[in-house]
Amino acid sequence: MIVGLVEHDGGVVSEPSLQMLTLGRRLAERLGVPLAALVIGSEARPVVDGLAAYGVSAVHHAVDDRLDRYAPEAWAACVADLIARARPSAVLAPGTDRGNEVMAHVGARTGLPVAANCTEVEPGDQFLVTRLRWGGSLLEEARLHGDVKLLTVAPHAFQAEEGPAAGGWNVEEFSPALQDKDFRVQVARQEGRPPGKVSLPEARVVVGGGRGVGSPEGFAPLEELAELLGGVVGCSRVVTSLGWRPHTDQVGQTGVRIAPDVYIACGISGAIQHMVGAKGAKRIMVINTDPQAPILAHADYAIIGDVQQVVPALVSAIKEAKGR
Amino acid sequence: MDVLVCVKRVPVTGGRISLTEDEQDIDTRYLGFTVSPHEECAVEESVRLVEALGGSSTVLTLGPAVAEEQLRDAMAIGANRAVLLESEGPEWDGGATAAAIARVIADHRDAGIAYDLLLFGNESADAGGYQVGVRVAHLLDLPCVTGVKQLEILDETAVARREGPGGFEIFEIPLPAVIAVKEGINLPRYPSIPGRLRAKKAPVERIQPERAEPGLEKLRLRLPQGRDKQVEILGDGAAGVERAVDVLRQIGVMPS
Repeated sequence: MIVGLVEHDGGVVSEPSLQMLTLGRRLAERLGVPLAALVIGSEARPVVDGLAAYGVSAVHHAVDDRLDRYAPEAWAACVADLIARARPSAVLAPGTDRGNEVMAHVGARTGLPVAANCTEVEPGDQFLVTRLRWGGSLLEEARLHGDVKLLTVAPHAFQAEEGPAAGGWNVEEFSPALQDKDFRVQVARQEGRPPGKVSLPEARVVVGGGRGVGSPEGFAPLEELAELLGGVVGCSRVVTSLGWRPHTDQVGQTGVRIAPDVYIACGISGAIQHMVGAKGAKRIMVINTDPQAPILAHADYAIIGDVQQVVPALVSAIKEAKGR
Repeated sequence: MDVLVCVKRVPVTGGRISLTEDEQDIDTRYLGFTVSPHEECAVEESVRLVEALGGSSTVLTLGPAVAEEQLRDAMAIGANRAVLLESEGPEWDGGATAAAIARVIADHRDAGIAYDLLLFGNESADAGGYQVGVRVAHLLDLPCVTGVKQLEILDETAVARREGPGGFEIFEIPLPAVIAVKEGINLPRYPSIPGRLRAKKAPVERIQPERAEPGLEKLRLRLPQGRDKQVEILGDGAAGVERAVDVLRQIGVMPS
């Protein structure tokens, strides 16, 4: 049996979880074993039925009143409980913040190694995995040991696909063995995000600024360009390190991942840590003085020139075209 | 408030990565070294906590002898003490690293140095294993919160805030505790000249740890296949904007 730990947000299965189940199903087919899902907490009830479409033939639903608020060690205890009872060959989780956190706890509890952010898995006595390094700028091929293989699946490395289940359909609720100590770390309270403008990960247009913008004030024309196009402004790590923009605007490995229709990158050289954050962009338009800048290798379109001249000219041209 | 902060030496990669011939490492012949961005913030956070609450900040790394450079960088911005777990040879996996770190912390405790807070970066910039902080917490039976972007210490409690699926999640956990932070929790300062001079002369505790067998065994590295793209140059300077407007129209993002 292969087990996939499914994450959900308000009763909707997260996209990375569906991608994880897709990899889990392929793995289960290769090994000739069923794919099972583990869902945690009563809030997860609405997601159960939808999992059949992704090839899941058994759902293990951990139920306990205390699981209503997220507690990483308690989630790990649920996984460890299922491992002890069902002895799966592998447990997979999505490579999200939460998925990586829970699996690290599972690894620590059970003494098993964990491979984080895998993109490919070759089953066997030991699994051969390909996993992301440097946020995806580099790949590592590694041998994963352990009686039960623990791994997380890199989000957005491939598309989620529906597929047939091997065998029937069985939903089993269980009360996991939980101790008070498993709840010593638990969400005390939550705060919603402030409503308002489009968020960076969801924006259709992102105008990014780097060192070439020159100053915090230099971002004013970028703001204007973004607003005209219904987008938002992002920036490189240099810009946040200089204190020109808040960290929440930072695109990259240690910041936000964006996926716009077009990313207009202004005065950004294109360090790998920045580019992995922009990998989801459908098209990249670069404005840069240096035609040899590394970012040109990632670009679809480029204007070679100074951001401080080109961006205001582009703003005027868009306004003019709009007026026509 | 005695804080231990763990960092990892990593190369400063630029626009592209090249690998060594045996595909085991990044070719670092022309690269400088730093620590992972999350860890720069962890060091800064430790220094700020000590400035506000008193106590000491100890920086620890597991790495080659030359990783002393990263310890001195941390002391230059205010860390008081440094511990180097010297490990030449192949990279250690998360389990082995955590075991070695936990042992040092336990040894320090036996010698009368007990830490109230253990700070880690959420994940290293290079290996990205997401393991070490959590595993150290388990080995020492301490509570642990990862992904933290705001931290407040109230008496014997750490109040930690992080981004969650629907907004922000706030945790309150008793000290001693393990906290893994993310970049953005603060803006790290630059070292001062006196700070650099002080750090140059500060002692470094050196330990030769024993390496546990890796559970995740690195075989080789490879570069992902790049998108096979040809950039279309739209023009030089303001002369390029006309075609840029056409492109934006084609993409369907021009305002109507």
